[in-house]
Amino acid sequence: MNVLNKTLEIRTSPHLKSAVSTDQIMMHVVIALVPTTLFAIYAFGLAALLILSVTTFTAILTEHIYCRLNNKETTITDWSAAITGLLLGLTLPPALPLWMAALGSVASIALVKLLFGGLGYNIFNPALGGRAILQAAFPVAITTWHPAFLADRFSSIPSSSFAWPFTTGTYDAVAGATPLGNMKFNQVSTDVTDMAMGLTSGSVGETSAVLILLGGAYLVARNMMNWKIPVVIFITVAILSGIVNFFNPNTPTPMFMLLSGGMMLGAVFMATDMVSSPVTDRGIIAYSVIIGIMVTVIRLWGGLPEGMMYAVLMGNAVSPLLNRSLKSRVYGTGKKGGAK
Amino acid sequence: MNQAELDKLVEAPNSWHMVRALAGIGLMCALLIVTTYELTFETIKQNKAEVLERAIFKVVPGAQSKTTFIVKDGQVEKLQGESNSGLKYYAGYDDSGKLIGVALEAAGQGFQDIVRVLYGFSPDKQAIVGMEVLESKETPGLGDKIEKDETFLKNFEALDVSLNESGDNLKNEIIFVKNGTKANPWELDGITGATISSKAIAAILQASASQNMPFLNQNIENFKQQ
Amino acid sequence: MNEANNKLDTNTFIKGLWKENPVFVQVLGMCPVLAVTNSATNGMAMGLATAFVLIMSSTLVSLLRNFIPKQVRIATFILIIATFVTVAEYLIQAISIDIHKALGAFISLIVVNCLILGRAEAFASKNSVGKSILDATGMGVGFTFALLCLGGVREILGTGTFFGIQILGASFEPWILMILPGGGFFTLGAWLLLFNYMKERKAAKMQEATA
Repeated sequence: MNVLNKTLEIRTSPHLKSAVSTDQIMMHVVIALVPTTLFAIYAFGLAALLILSVTTFTAILTEHIYCRLNNKETTITDWSAAITGLLLGLTLPPALPLWMAALGSVASIALVKLLFGGLGYNIFNPALGGRAILQAAFPVAITTWHPAFLADRFSSIPSSSFAWPFTTGTYDAVAGATPLGNMKFNQVSTDVTDMAMGLTSGSVGETSAVLILLGGAYLVARNMMNWKIPVVIFITVAILSGIVNFFNPNTPTPMFMLLSGGMMLGAVFMATDMVSSPVTDRGIIAYSVIIGIMVTVIRLWGGLPEGMMYAVLMGNAVSPLLNRSLKSRVYGTGKKGGAK
Repeated sequence: MNQAELDKLVEAPNSWHMVRALAGIGLMCALLIVTTYELTFETIKQNKAEVLERAIFKVVPGAQSKTTFIVKDGQVEKLQGESNSGLKYYAGYDDSGKLIGVALEAAGQGFQDIVRVLYGFSPDKQAIVGMEVLESKETPGLGDKIEKDETFLKNFEALDVSLNESGDNLKNEIIFVKNGTKANPWELDGITGATISSKAIAAILQASASQNMPFLNQNIENFKQQ
Repeated sequence: MNEANNKLDTNTFIKGLWKENPVFVQVLGMCPVLAVTNSATNGMAMGLATAFVLIMSSTLVSLLRNFIPKQVRIATFILIIATFVTVAEYLIQAISIDIHKALGAFISLIVVNCLILGRAEAFASKNSVGKSILDATGMGVGFTFALLCLGGVREILGTGTFFGIQILGASFEPWILMILPGGGFFTLGAWLLLFNYMKERKAAKMQEATA
């Protein structure tokens, strides 16, 4: 029966592999996320700790059960499910009912990743895909923000976290809008240093721009992340919003755009996902420019205050197309024609 | 497929048969449609009128009967028969035939698509006394709260639209305010989570009221005869 | 198909409900299936309207099957189907304007529901009137059943109601996604999964029995 179970290995190019394996890369991503995660727990207390544990644990469990049901060896040891869970948790509001967080985690792993064939085959970034599903399902809960730095954040848990499954949470402390929401609906800007340091309200892990960049720098130093993606996104957003801001000073400044909302987290940890971003250099530039344009357009003219999630997902959606149309020239072939 | 069927296919098409079949069936279908149309015409008309009437009586609370008016050459006239063009004014009367309000349609851009509303104006109170969304594609669960949210609909129990001294525009624009901060009768208390849709309603009403209220007030006598 | 086999057996009717269910097995007419099943009422209304058109057009096609030359059959079928769709549209308006508003353009789009043309071409044009009616009724009921399944699940999760009646307490948090188009795809996927799982299990059992 099992002819392919022999030692002969048949595979397509590339045949040269780097020595780094998937689980090593994933481990370094986890390390890069440590400062952001710790700060999130420091800022939001037990609520953040709970939500991150729930999403991470549910993601691992979902992957494990799915592999079991398919009689396959479990793939949780490559850390990718844990990272998806952690990243999802970082994009959620801190006081979101935990059952919704768990549901989002199941959706991320089962619907967005495993149904497409598992790690390496998913079209969309699983964490963002799961968040998009949550956003569509529970639009109110996912935009109800919890205040940061509450005095009792290490001793009490917001009651909404423990809402029974399928029920609405009752929120005991609701923060004002996020910097982006304030900008969009009340035309109030927020101090740029506050946003850089993470002293504002927002999703669990998106508030501190500095620490996210630190994590990104670590990955770049280890040569495990393509630095071009976040850099091109930042430049595109800065130029576009700079132009608009020049003509209409009521719109956010480039600095505000870069430091608010999920811009940093999305650009550094989501858009750079190796699976769902293009492979060629030119593809990556086009992909990043598309994300930068989309996020600016959605933030400035769309109905929603934040557009990073949809921008990255749209970038993911076009990356197979970019791979195909912006191929690197095959070595030794002419400029026109190329290898057919 | 058996041999007989194959033969039938290979056989040169008989054009008379085709014309006969198409014409015959076409005629039959036409008859069927016309019959159904005739049979259901009255019921459909009644249904449509009922839906409209229900909405009118809702936005003009207390109304027992209605008369439709149109504006022709700047003159208010009772609508005779059917008309699809131009703005219609639906005047609502109580038992004794006294005019208690005028309902009219307004439309504008919402979050997703055009939102069409019907609102009632009370000349005695100089206020909007009811609003009903006729058509909207706002997001279910968020934007569609403009149809159901009770605190939002309370805005329309008496939304001030009194005129300024010269009588050519509203004294105070209908403006949108954040939920729970309504301080004046011309302010519209928004819905948390449906800011854009509730803002859209305020804009639609402001545009329609500033255009129609001066006219309605000048010609109010014309609406009094039922 | 053999014209001689004109016996009215229950299988002609039953197969549309389950074994050849137009939605869950044949995956036909997906446009209305996904678009209007955001509540049980809408799903059922759409299902019944389609079933009405299906039964009426199948009957007429079967009656006229020897009168219609092969070369113009598709044009004739479309003509007949379009007629009954128009009739259905008037009838729905006469019954309830609200349902007509909820179904919107999708009533007219019944014309292009491939289920109906499919049954006319594959069954009614080759079988006796009795059998065609039976087949169309089976398919129509199967289609309505499928739309009700989708609409029911989507309404319960999306609004906490079933046929407009509150069934999941006031504190239920509705999954808005379910009444949006995306929810249609998710629900359909889940139902297809269930159907295929049951089919496979049945096949495995049959194999075991014969082995």
